[in-house]
Amino acid sequence: MAEVPYQHILFLSFALFFIGVYGFFTRRNMITMLMAVELMLNSVNINMVVFNKYLFPGELEGLFFTLFIITIAAAEAAIAIAIIINIYRKFKTIDAEDVDSMKF
Amino acid sequence: METGKIIFYLISIMIVIFGLLTVTTRKLFRSAIYLLFTLINVAALYFCLNYEFIAAVQIVVYVGGIIVLILFSLFLTQQAGLDLPKPSFSRVALAASLSVFGFIFVFLLFYFSSSSLEVAGPVEVTMKAIGTQMLSFTKNGYVLPFEVVSILLLAAMIGCIAIAFRTKENG
Repeated sequence: MAEVPYQHILFLSFALFFIGVYGFFTRRNMITMLMAVELMLNSVNINMVVFNKYLFPGELEGLFFTLFIITIAAAEAAIAIAIIINIYRKFKTIDAEDVDSMKF
Repeated sequence: METGKIIFYLISIMIVIFGLLTVTTRKLFRSAIYLLFTLINVAALYFCLNYEFIAAVQIVVYVGGIIVLILFSLFLTQQAGLDLPKPSFSRVALAASLSVFGFIFVFLLFYFSSSSLEVAGPVEVTMKAIGTQMLSFTKNGYVLPFEVVSILLLAAMIGCIAIAFRTKENG
């Protein structure tokens, strides 16, 4: 695994991030938008781990950032799904275009 | 070409393919399952990089927690078997051009600046070092973020219950 140049892993993480961006802009269902955000967070995690492993192997900073990002992503997903379920109760839909009662 | 390299390229191809399927398929449950495969492949990538602890956390939290949460909320909010409506062409064109140009921009930025980065040799990360630094309160210790994030998780848990609690007037 040490033979793989770190640039290639970074290209993988760029690709995953922009796949997430594409999904976030095309989807209108709130849960699928949340899934696109999870993809972007995963690409950031890959980035952190690669920089830690290849550029600063004596430190553990990237590893800890990855751990905290995973923790905060779990909290964020839980809160987002609670909000989505509440929206579904009120509007009977989770399409982001139809929830517009606060739109000016 | 060695085995480690071949495995890495296989994993990265699978990550990209399943990621694309996650954001393009119009069946919601399949989309969640493709996301599951993407996350498992990311965990496999961490295993390849010798970050076993991160891989284990990825499997436990993402695959075991977030995917199950997403699947449950899909069951609660979506009539089973209904496809998503097709996104309009202008939106697809906008999103595709945005992400392709963004990718090319970052690629070029990285391509022309990466020669200055110095690559150090990879070393093993032991579980003992992770635990020691995580709970150390000296310099470079992470005990304060650790405690803060535990408060955050408690607050998120209480917040979820408070948000999703069914009251009389809106239930």
